[in-house]
Amino acid sequence: MKSMRDIALTILLFCASVLAWEGIVRILEVPTFIFPAPSKVAAALWNGFASGLYQKHLSHTLLETLLGFLLGSALGFFLGAAVALNRYVEYFFYPYIVMFQSLPKVALAPLIVVWFGLGLKSQVVNAALVAFFPLLVNTMVGLKSADEDRVNLMRSLAASDSQIFWMLRLPNALPFVMAGLDVAMIFALIGAIVAEFVGARAGLGMLIQSMNFNMDVSGQFSVLLILSIVGLLLNRCILLIRRRILFWDPAEKERLDQERIAL
Amino acid sequence: MEAIAIKELSKLYPTRDGSVHALEQISFSVSEGEFVAVIGPSGCGKSTLLKVLAGILRPSKGEARLRGTPITGPRRDIGVVFQSPVLLPWRSVLDNVLLPIDVQRLGRDRHLKLAMDLLSLVGLEGFERRYPWELSGGMQQRVAITRALIHDPAMLLMDEPFGALDAMTREQMNLELQRVWLDRKKTVLFITHSIAEAVFLADRVLVLTPRPGRLMEDVQVKIPRPRALEIMNFPEFGAYVHSIRARFNAKGVVDA
Repeated sequence: MKSMRDIALTILLFCASVLAWEGIVRILEVPTFIFPAPSKVAAALWNGFASGLYQKHLSHTLLETLLGFLLGSALGFFLGAAVALNRYVEYFFYPYIVMFQSLPKVALAPLIVVWFGLGLKSQVVNAALVAFFPLLVNTMVGLKSADEDRVNLMRSLAASDSQIFWMLRLPNALPFVMAGLDVAMIFALIGAIVAEFVGARAGLGMLIQSMNFNMDVSGQFSVLLILSIVGLLLNRCILLIRRRILFWDPAEKERLDQERIAL
Repeated sequence: MEAIAIKELSKLYPTRDGSVHALEQISFSVSEGEFVAVIGPSGCGKSTLLKVLAGILRPSKGEARLRGTPITGPRRDIGVVFQSPVLLPWRSVLDNVLLPIDVQRLGRDRHLKLAMDLLSLVGLEGFERRYPWELSGGMQQRVAITRALIHDPAMLLMDEPFGALDAMTREQMNLELQRVWLDRKKTVLFITHSIAEAVFLADRVLVLTPRPGRLMEDVQVKIPRPRALEIMNFPEFGAYVHSIRARFNAKGVVDA
């Protein structure tokens, strides 16, 4: 557990590094368009939110990310389940999956903009495409990983295949699925931002791009700050769900203990 | 009617270089309500025999009947206890016990009281809301035994159920199993590689040879019940253990 002293020390260290950053930039007279001082970044952040500009772009990026995440992970889950449960689906699809998986999905972003335009659709598709694979692979592995003794137990009880799926294989796959969701969430954010870089009418990625043209480096820093906080919060949401669902998973408990030590 | 009737049963496993004979021409029968232990060295096909009886594995040759009908697949009138407890970690103790009820759709409500009674019979009163990982190995195996009894099967098949436990817990579990058996009057087929455990628990001990498993001897254990742990020090008990071990010394190795 964190003691009061540790908390105080953490805050102190943070303040000291921000002050050092500010000091160094001022003393060395680093131009703002190369590396802005924290005060400039804070000002950009304030102005962005005060004008309502950031809220508009932030909500756009969040919507793309969440829609892409839901779409991609749902498709990934169902196709992964189909591959794991059906030998023929596995036989025909698996080679393509392997081939497609080794491709960096963000490289498809320019094509997707050509196909789906500059609107929300193309960013959602791109986010979904990137979020799809972690779910696909993890669901596949998870559903196939049921312990043989447990399968034998279910068989000895004269359980049907669908009962073995619902009562054993699916719950058994949940730790894998949740780990996939964890990755997919962050991947969806990356997919959305990259799609915005390539071409979009709104979103934080597009904002970064346009700030870069205008050499507004403080603005870019402030948007990066927002993005890292968004990423962190999205990740926390998944973690909370994960803890509720996987209360029984020994690996989850181990992680919890490690996090406690890390804090 | 015989609870288990096995006639010239053989099981071969195909491997890359020829096939491995796990069981060869085994014949024996078990009466209703009898406690029979099967003992033999590692790899003599004991577990294969149990899987055939549980309907998980098909025999290569021969016939196996349970209560008069040939085994064609898993059946609902048997309860199986495996070497490890095989509990589902996402189910509480009570839900694990009720798994056969859920699978066979026998009605949870009607079996709730029985589940509680059985749990207290094996000394797990007050643990029904706990999860498997919160229990010790011995307690987990008791949950597994309770689960095997919940749908009131006529027969219990046990595959070295206490093999993974330490010696003290194991003796305690033997006592408890005897108590449950005297209380519930099930036919039990109990697989073990411990001669002492077999003699202590069983009415009859079937001794198998090393691979391929053949029936070497069928020993009647005429020690009155209930048996206390002290009987292990009696010369009578020693004589049974000694005679069984003598058979093995010529053939192979087993634990005491």
